[in-house]
Amino acid sequence: MTESVSESVATSGPPRVPVTVGVNGVSVSRQVEPRSVLVDFLREDLGLTGTKVSCELQVCGVCTVLVDGRPVSACTFLTADADGADVTTVEGLSDGQTLHPLQESFVDHFALQCGFCTPGFLMMSKALLDGDEVPDREAIVEHLEGNICRCTGYEPIVEAVEHVAEKLRGGPHG
Amino acid sequence: MGENVVGQSVRRPDLVEKVTGAAEYCVDVTMPGMAHAKVVRSDRAHARITGIDVAEALAAPGVVAVVTAADIASLHARFGHIITDHWILAPDKVRYYGEPVAVVVAETVAAAADAVELVRVSYEDLPAVMDAEAALADGAPLVHEQAYEATGDESFKNLSHVDEGDGAQQVPSNVAHEVTIGWGEVDAAFADSAVVVENTVHFPMLYAYAMEPYNAVASYAEGALSVVSTAQHPYMVRDDLARVFDLPLSRVRVTSPYLGGGYGSKSYTKVEPLASVASWVTGRPVKLTLTVEEAIYTTRVDSAKIWVKSGFAADGTILAREFDVVMDSGAYADNSPLVMAKTVNRCFGPYRVPNLRVRGLSVYTNTSPASSYRGFGAPQGALAGETNLDRAAEQLGISGADIRRRNLVRKGEEILPGKRGIDADIPADLEMVVESLERDRKDVPYYGIGFGCTASDAGAYPISTAQVRIQIDGSVLVLSGSTEMGQGSRSLLAQVAAEELGVDLAVVKVVQSDTSVTPYERTTGASRTSTLVGLALQRACADARSRMRDMAAELFECAPGEVRDRPGAVAAPDGRELDFGSVVRQWFGGSAGEVTGVGLLRRDGATQKMPPFWEVGMVGVAVEIDPETGVVAVDQLVTVADVGFAINPRAVEGQDLGAATQGLGMALHEELVYDGPQLANANVVDYRVPRTTDLPRKIDLMIAERRDGVGPYGAKGAGEGTLNPIGGAVAAAVARAVGRWPDRLPLTPERVWRLMNRD
Repeated sequence: MTESVSESVATSGPPRVPVTVGVNGVSVSRQVEPRSVLVDFLREDLGLTGTKVSCELQVCGVCTVLVDGRPVSACTFLTADADGADVTTVEGLSDGQTLHPLQESFVDHFALQCGFCTPGFLMMSKALLDGDEVPDREAIVEHLEGNICRCTGYEPIVEAVEHVAEKLRGGPHG
Repeated sequence: MGENVVGQSVRRPDLVEKVTGAAEYCVDVTMPGMAHAKVVRSDRAHARITGIDVAEALAAPGVVAVVTAADIASLHARFGHIITDHWILAPDKVRYYGEPVAVVVAETVAAAADAVELVRVSYEDLPAVMDAEAALADGAPLVHEQAYEATGDESFKNLSHVDEGDGAQQVPSNVAHEVTIGWGEVDAAFADSAVVVENTVHFPMLYAYAMEPYNAVASYAEGALSVVSTAQHPYMVRDDLARVFDLPLSRVRVTSPYLGGGYGSKSYTKVEPLASVASWVTGRPVKLTLTVEEAIYTTRVDSAKIWVKSGFAADGTILAREFDVVMDSGAYADNSPLVMAKTVNRCFGPYRVPNLRVRGLSVYTNTSPASSYRGFGAPQGALAGETNLDRAAEQLGISGADIRRRNLVRKGEEILPGKRGIDADIPADLEMVVESLERDRKDVPYYGIGFGCTASDAGAYPISTAQVRIQIDGSVLVLSGSTEMGQGSRSLLAQVAAEELGVDLAVVKVVQSDTSVTPYERTTGASRTSTLVGLALQRACADARSRMRDMAAELFECAPGEVRDRPGAVAAPDGRELDFGSVVRQWFGGSAGEVTGVGLLRRDGATQKMPPFWEVGMVGVAVEIDPETGVVAVDQLVTVADVGFAINPRAVEGQDLGAATQGLGMALHEELVYDGPQLANANVVDYRVPRTTDLPRKIDLMIAERRDGVGPYGAKGAGEGTLNPIGGAVAAAVARAVGRWPDRLPLTPERVWRLMNRD
């Protein structure tokens, strides 16, 4: 419904751009307005509302998703630039049966309260843990500096990520 | 005392929903056939509107309507739960930069945003009052020429010590509200004092920055209004909307899903009237989501200038205190009169003050409207009261701890005459903080420690209701009008119900904040939920158990008084047991039905005396300052949660660290700055909030459990306490580190550097 309405409106605007994006492992093709940003594409066009928006200036980290494994602020990332890329959102973290270790650890460590910033923190943390080095506390703090949380005071978040990193260090990496 | 479920740091079920992205926030809610709204806002601080030309906007692609004040003139187009002064759309003049002038409704957000640029508003500028001093000057231009009716909110009078004539003033002025309290012979006591210390502090203009900006989706159809919004207090919003549209309360439904942060900033009505009138005009559901910049211009925190003077005996005993509070409340009153009244109650601290005089003014200015924020007037007042005490300690040659030890009230003593005595052991809390701070004190240059104590008359007005519905399989629904905004009430109320009914936590489901479904709750604020909703829920569980015993008596064929309670079950005198599900199924027959228990709480019995409880704030900080840059590093953060009983200890710690971190933001980083008619930093780039790299080096979160609250199991509320005294604690720590007293927050590197290097 939303989509057909928006298409009828856009007929007077600039021509739409075709994009094909892999979203959480599913290939999606759509025509989007040139000004469409990735977070609106995910939330409005695809109904993946797990990703949130706040500052719209890429300084709060709330809208962080992974594009080809790299964390980006979806509030300012053009959908057209995601053409041909693989996008992972918070909905893609769990396989639907069991939580991702980061999700489990965030719950166990009370690393969220209102939860609005949490998808961004999870995706940012995943990008770090997917890297070659298992991060120490200092690296985690540094890496998450661009994500704002107003509820927790950060310490439980850092502890939650540290906990998963320690398990990675202990077990076979990857 | 043998509790099983409460007192445990149970996993919060709402957190699981939130880590998967499945949790629904208001911003995720859509309605069928929904249109989108964007707001045309004033680009001046104070101006008469001479014309609004909507023709070009109306002709733009996808635009459904442009709503202005003229379109809603037949409604009661103002809101405000204390003073109904807040115009939904500016009718004849604008009172602040950013004030809504028109609402564009379109098929998409982008189409609405495009058309906002096409609405032409013409203005005739009026002289503006941009701060409280200008607003109070003789002959100052008036922000409001008229006085408005007060809503007659009885509980407001009870909460704020208002003696007479709140709201409407006799002579038009920019004073929105004035409160004075006091006792004793203040001037005589000052004359008798060995040491008199006076100073003035400036509390910054803040923004709570709840990360989900204000948003709402509203549908007005068939003489009924349904709104989903980011409201902390859905019932208060319902009352405002019913007044706007002259609807029976039963025909206004307000629902609050998960909130992306609140911190008091989502108390009371915000964007709901805008979305609702847009729906009323267009006949379609309308969604309105603000940007962060718009949210900053919707509600900020009251800034304050507070003068304080205290007189002491030679041994440091307080003889008298006097405060003069002036708060810049912005263009509309909203909740600022109550915030200011709370500052008046809270500024002098939990000390024996034999002679007191406090005067508070809440002042209209041509700036963004201020309203509630976590701590509710206490952070403003405590900055004055606590730094004044620390300055006095310096002059008296005693420690900051000793001056407090000498003056803190003991358990049961009153700090406000006729109010509830202090229900906490504050001196013991102080020793916990001092011990932790001193243990890790570093012997390095530019190092200082500070601490602060506050006591807030918390809980707000005790009107709470709750329901429990026991199902045929023994599972339990808990219904409450209290809103889950991150603080953990959804999980906490489930713990209380599981404890009271003796059922497994996993079978309890809590449903909250839908005015057509969940029972009445006055507000979600003032740290009240654990205590007041907790009590109402205990009563609802007792009511359900009583019904269950009556029904079981019929089944057992015995007298109701002979039926005994068992965990999740009842027992007959002969030892036969029936679990709850069996009682319901067998009593109704046909394997169907349910039993509802109702709990009602009012000002009566244990909650007769106001306030329902005192929320103690007890914090300490140690700072280390870089003399080259003025950067303040927080070496230690120490807090005590004096909560009586921690129903979920990890959640209490989470509230305390979160509140303290917001407090450190206010103390070190955060300040909205007006530059001419508009804010210079209405965004999260220039309004800097704490980040991971600002984490204190040591964090010690302690919980004092003495079962001394009126709430369930001796609990009292938490969530604001550790924010309240932090400003004063940081200011004192910085003063001890650099040898000079700051008079304002935030203590940014530049301010600290200048403080150290001024002549």
